[in-house]
Amino acid sequence: METWDTLRYIWFVLIGVLLLGYSILDGFDLGIGTLFRVLGKKAEERDAMVKSIGPVWDGNEVWLLTGGGALFAAFPHAYATVFSGFYLALMVVLFSLIFRAVSLEFRAQDTKRKGFWEGAFIVGSFLPALLFGVALGNVVVGVPLDTTMNYTGTIFTLLRPFPLVLGLLGLMAFLMQGSTYAAAKVEGLVQERARKTAKLIWNGYALFLILAFAATLIYIPGVITKVMAWFFVALTICALGVLRNALSKAKDGLAFMMSSLAFVGLWGIIGAIHFPNLVKANNDPVFSLTIYNASSSELTLKVMLIIALVGMPIVIGYTIYLYKIFKGKIQIESSS
Amino acid sequence: MDSLLLAKIQFGFTAGFHFLFPPTTFGLTLIILIFESLYLKSKNELSKKISSFLVKILAVVFVMGVATGIVLEFAFGNNWAEYSRMVGDIFGAPLAAEGVFAFFLESVFLGILLFGRSKVSKKAYWWSAFLVFFGSHLSGVWIIIANSWMQTPAGYKIEGGRALLTNFFQAAFNPSTIPRYLHTVAGGWITGSLVAAAIAAWYLRKKRHLEFAKPLLRVSLAVFIVVSILQLGLGHYHSVQVAETQPEKMAAFEALWKTEDGAPMAIFGIPDEANQKTYAYIGIPKFLSFLIHFDPNARILGLNEFPDDEKPRVLIPFASYHLMILFGLIFILVSLIAIVLFMKKRIYETQWYLKLLLLLIPLPYLANEMGWVAAEVGRQPWAVYKVLKTADAASLTVPAGNILFSLILFVVVYALIGVVGISILLRLIRKGPEETVSEGY
Repeated sequence: METWDTLRYIWFVLIGVLLLGYSILDGFDLGIGTLFRVLGKKAEERDAMVKSIGPVWDGNEVWLLTGGGALFAAFPHAYATVFSGFYLALMVVLFSLIFRAVSLEFRAQDTKRKGFWEGAFIVGSFLPALLFGVALGNVVVGVPLDTTMNYTGTIFTLLRPFPLVLGLLGLMAFLMQGSTYAAAKVEGLVQERARKTAKLIWNGYALFLILAFAATLIYIPGVITKVMAWFFVALTICALGVLRNALSKAKDGLAFMMSSLAFVGLWGIIGAIHFPNLVKANNDPVFSLTIYNASSSELTLKVMLIIALVGMPIVIGYTIYLYKIFKGKIQIESSS
Repeated sequence: MDSLLLAKIQFGFTAGFHFLFPPTTFGLTLIILIFESLYLKSKNELSKKISSFLVKILAVVFVMGVATGIVLEFAFGNNWAEYSRMVGDIFGAPLAAEGVFAFFLESVFLGILLFGRSKVSKKAYWWSAFLVFFGSHLSGVWIIIANSWMQTPAGYKIEGGRALLTNFFQAAFNPSTIPRYLHTVAGGWITGSLVAAAIAAWYLRKKRHLEFAKPLLRVSLAVFIVVSILQLGLGHYHSVQVAETQPEKMAAFEALWKTEDGAPMAIFGIPDEANQKTYAYIGIPKFLSFLIHFDPNARILGLNEFPDDEKPRVLIPFASYHLMILFGLIFILVSLIAIVLFMKKRIYETQWYLKLLLLLIPLPYLANEMGWVAAEVGRQPWAVYKVLKTADAASLTVPAGNILFSLILFVVVYALIGVVGISILLRLIRKGPEETVSEGY
């Protein structure tokens, strides 16, 4: 029993780490997608932005797929409840991701409909950037569940203040990730606009962080006594403080690092206030899906841990190699 | 319509559409790897040009595979929540492992293939081509493991209404994993090599890029010939496994209504479920018994041996299984003609044969889909063979209206992506290797 519980803790953390990896890495290309027309006024500027994420976006998105697979394997009940319960909302995310996946290739090749595919890239980036936070907010604040662990609400149940605030906070975090990446990676006017935009977004980020903080105190009882959560709150505030400073001094690399560090803080807070829940029930706490009643067997969690311990260091190794190959700034080339 | 039927249609449509792309990837990554190897050895610029051109084609196929694959990663939770709860302990692990071991590998090194030719050494580029090839085939291993476990589950116990893992290696390498994997990969190599050969054939017919088209045709047809012939053996190996591990499925494939000593193999027929009869039946006497047991008089179990609620319907598995075999035999015939033309040194000039290659393009796709339909419809009424019925696997809380809504969207969006994707591929081919060989999109 003890080993089993330890494995359950580990998988709670590891799924958080996969989603954190997704937020940091795909976060910047979601942000760039959402801000595509804001940062790139001319076609060649947008081409440079595409070039800055071209070799890496697909690998970044795999963090989400792996996170989904890991959730399925480690906590099948949570996977089943969330994806069937939030059906329509998740279909919006899925269709966004479908369009997004083809949009960059199609934008370059299907020149007659370039504008359409740019639109697909923008909307396909914006909707997930917003809705991931809304979905997370719902499982944290609680949703109605029945004795068979199934969701009993509708799509409108999902649109409550706490999830909406978390959705907007998440959107700000993704936009910050995208604009700081663009500032660090692309030259010229895109860089200038990205720096300005990041400063503006910082205000929104701070605002929604405060709102989320207040909403958490209101809607999540007992949160004040969670020491770990306070540690991550401090980390997030420090990261955003240094970020503000880095933005005003135009230290682009540092700004991107701090934006990424803020994600560590945000996921840390969520983990600390949510543990050991996976999907909280707001009708009766006994219906909540936790790491205990929703997990796979000890053997499966063990096998999965071996897979992760063997596989992920290799993945991280060659991902670093990829980023090293494509390091350096992207110049805006006037279109020929 | 009820939500179970809609969920089945949605899964069938989204998985069937997705399954157009991975087999193409299998074959194309193999041919790219061959040309990269030639380039590494001989430093022949032509090999490099061919590989770069095929990488462009691969990129389009790959993103469509990614876009339609994301859906499937979440489809089990969306529409098959009870399935996920019941067998997630076993079924989830290969999906997660596919992400960890295969998706990252494919995506990262495809990034280098597409954007990195001038940024890495020749050796590193070859390794990238190898790892894209390896990653896509490894991805196939995990997904076939997951799917094969549904066909021939092993390494589990039932406890508290859930299937729990007892032995990972037994579950992963269950009785059908290896035959199904080899058969599927060979199908992919046939698909990708025929697509590459048909591109070369089109250039040869148009008398364009001849220097480029000849080696492309030579190499892709060589792969096509070898694998088409090999597939006869692999298909046989897989069929024997099905007969041994899922006898009611084999009985449905062959419309074998009653147990027979010395069962025939059907060539043609129209099975009539209600009357347990096959109209216009043509078959080779005793051939099924011979193929499965190497004994023309061996006993093969018929559908009469199995309870009504535990055996598949006959028409669809029967038709798709035999169409797949027919297409496989056509590939062998086309290969034999190619061998003759190679020996006569007339392969580049024989216009009707080059045209035939173009006309054949849909066939491997149909063969892949038919094989998949035979395997999955032939597994019914089970989601997991003798463990969980499909009827008990669907989500309880998703209303039929929601599924209908998403299904309509999938059809519309996939049609759009399919049409644009194909038109992009055709444009790339029409533009030819000279203009498409640049880095990036």
